[in-house]
Amino acid sequence: MSTETPLAPAGASTAAPTPGPVRTQRRLPRFAPAGLFLGGLVVGGLLSAVTGFSLVLAIIYGVVLGTLAVYVVSRSVEGRRKATDRLVTSLVTSAFGIAMVPLLSLVYTVLDRGLARLDGAFFTNSMYRVVGEGGGAYHAILGTVIITMLTALIAVPIGLLTAIYLVEYGTGRLKKAITFFVDVMTGIPSIVAGLFAFALFTLLFGNAIRLGLMGSVALAVLMIPVVVRSCEEVLKLVPNELREASYALGVPKWRTIVKVVLPTAIAGLGTGITLAVARVIGETAPLLITVGLITGTNLNPFDGRMATLPVYAYYQLTQPGTATQAFVDRAWTAALVLIILVMALNVVARLISHFFAPKTGR
Amino acid sequence: MTATKAPTEPPAQQRTVRRPGDRIFAGSAKGSGIFILLVLAGVAVFLISEALPAITASSEDIPGGEGLAAYIGPLVLGTLLGAVLALLVATPLAVGIALYITYYAPRRIAAVLGYVIDLLAAIPSVVYGFWGLAVVAPKLVPFHQWAADTLGFIPFFAGPASTSGRTMFTVGLVLAVMILPIISAISREVFSQAPALHREAALALGATRWEMIKMAVLPYGKSGVIAGAMLGLGRALGETMAVAIILSGGAGATLNLISNSNPSTIASNIALSFPEATGLDINTLIASGLVLFLITLVVNMLARWVVNRRADFSGAN
Repeated sequence: MSTETPLAPAGASTAAPTPGPVRTQRRLPRFAPAGLFLGGLVVGGLLSAVTGFSLVLAIIYGVVLGTLAVYVVSRSVEGRRKATDRLVTSLVTSAFGIAMVPLLSLVYTVLDRGLARLDGAFFTNSMYRVVGEGGGAYHAILGTVIITMLTALIAVPIGLLTAIYLVEYGTGRLKKAITFFVDVMTGIPSIVAGLFAFALFTLLFGNAIRLGLMGSVALAVLMIPVVVRSCEEVLKLVPNELREASYALGVPKWRTIVKVVLPTAIAGLGTGITLAVARVIGETAPLLITVGLITGTNLNPFDGRMATLPVYAYYQLTQPGTATQAFVDRAWTAALVLIILVMALNVVARLISHFFAPKTGR
Repeated sequence: MTATKAPTEPPAQQRTVRRPGDRIFAGSAKGSGIFILLVLAGVAVFLISEALPAITASSEDIPGGEGLAAYIGPLVLGTLLGAVLALLVATPLAVGIALYITYYAPRRIAAVLGYVIDLLAAIPSVVYGFWGLAVVAPKLVPFHQWAADTLGFIPFFAGPASTSGRTMFTVGLVLAVMILPIISAISREVFSQAPALHREAALALGATRWEMIKMAVLPYGKSGVIAGAMLGLGRALGETMAVAIILSGGAGATLNLISNSNPSTIASNIALSFPEATGLDINTLIASGLVLFLITLVVNMLARWVVNRRADFSGAN
C-alpha cells in the first residue's frame, strides 16, 4: 500500500474536510464489500425461502441484493465514482458467473444421462436388427472417424498450401481476395455446406445419391478456412532470418519452405489442424442431408449411406422406437462420446503445441 | 568465404533460375488458393442451379401452394427473430466476460478462464440441442407463464404461453450461449490490445478501474465488439441442429416468442424436411438455403469489413 489513507475520527471528516490539494478519501475496509455481498446472498436466500425455496431464485435474488448493498454502502461512504466502480465490478463478475451456468449444467446433464449406457456393448455393437434395448454406436463411431479422416485428407493439403501461398508467395490483389474470402467462408452455415455437396453430387451422379464422400466434401468446405487461418497465423511467426539464412546457402525456395519453414512451425500447424478437426467432428447438419443414417456397418465412404455419431445421436433422440428409454439413453451416451472426442482432440492440440514447440535456446 | 574474383555476373536484377521444383510448388500453392475461391463461387453456382427449378416453378407446386416467397418469408422471419434475440442476450454478457477476463480476473487464472469460455465453443451443436430440449425448455416454462401474464401487452410476449417451453424464446437463449464464446473471444482480443499508455495515463489521473475502461478500453475496442457481434449473428443465423431439436416450429409468420406456434428457421426447416423430401421440394429447400447463404454472406462481409477497417488504423501491426 503506497498511500496510507488517514482514517479521520469518525463523523468529523465530513463536517470539516481537510484543506489542501489532496482530499483524503474515505474507503471501505478491505473485506466490507465481500461481507456486504454475502449478507445480500443470505437475505436473498431467506427471501426465496419465504416464497418457496428454489436454488436458482435464491442465487438471483442474492446476487441482486448483494450488489445493491455494496453499491448503496459504498456510495454513502466512498462517493459516487467509487460506488460505480464497485457496481461494474460485480456486474462484470456476474456476467462471467452467468456464462459458467450453462457450461456446468450442460456437462452435468450429459454426464448424468450419458453414463447409463457407456458400456462395452455401446462400442462393440451396431444398431443392426436392434429395435429396443441393447445396440450401440460401433458403426457410427467408425463412420465418424472415416468421414473425418477423409475430410482432413481433402482439407489439410488445400488449406496448408493456401496458407503457404498467402505467407510465402502471395502478393497484391489475389492475396487480398483469398484472405477476404477465406474469412467470409468461415461464416458459411454448415447446412449450406451440406446443400452444396448435395447439389454438386446430384449434378454429377443424378438424384437421391447418398455417400460418405459427400459428407466429407461438405465438411471440407467448413474445415478449409479454419485450416488456412490457423496455418497462416503460425507460418507468419517463423522468423525471416531462418528463410534468409537458407537462401544464402543457395537452397531453392520450395526446399526452404519444406525443410526450414514447415519444420519450424510444425507444432503450431499440428495444433491448428487438430483444432480444425475438432471443429468439424461434431457437425451434424451437413451429414444429415448428405450421408444419412443406416443401422448396419458401412465402412466404405464411396458406396451408399453411412452412420455417423452426431446424426446417430440426433435420430436416436428424435425418432425413438417403441422402447423409448433405450433410444434416449443411447442418444445421450452418443452425445457424451461426442463431447469426449472433441475434448480429447482439444487436449491433444494443447499437448502438440506443448511438446513440439521449437526450442528457443534462450 | 571471401569473394576473390571480381563480380563478372550482371547486376543482381537478373532473375534467378526458376527450378522446376520451385515452379511446381509455387504453382500448387497458388492453385490451392484459387481453388478456394472457385469452391466459394461453386457453392453459389451449384445452389443457384439446383434452386432454379423452384424459382421458375408455378406457385401451386411449391409446398404450401402460395409460391416461393410465401414459403420462405416466414422462415426468414423466424431465422432473424431467433438470431437477433440471441445477439441481444449474448452481446452484453460477452462484453462483460471479456472485460472480466482481461481486466478483473486475477492474472494467474485469467488464461484458464479464457480457455473455459472457449470450451463453450467446442461443444457440438447437436449436444446443445439435447441440453436445450431436456434442461432449458422445461426450466423456462414458469417464465413463459409469467411473461404471458404480466408482459402480455408486448407483441413478443402475447400468449398463450407454451407448456413445453419449446419456443423461439428458448431457442434464442440457447443460441445466445452458443455465440457467447465467439463474441467474447474477439472482444477479449481487442480489449487486451488497448494501448497500455492510455490505460496507465487514465489510472495516473486518478480514474477508477471502470473509468479507465470507459475512457481507454471501450472506445478502442468498440469496432471489435461490433465485428464480434456480427460474426456471432452469422453463426446464430446458420445454426441448425440446436434449433431443429428444440423448436416446435412450422407455424406461419408471427412475432410471438413464447407460444406453441413459432415460425421455423431456414436452417432447421432444411434439416427437418430434407431427409424425406423429393422432387421439387428439394429444389425449394435448396432455394431457401440459398437465401440463408446470401444473408450470412452479407452479415459476414460486413463484419469482416468492420474488422479490416479497424486493422487499417489501429497501428497494432
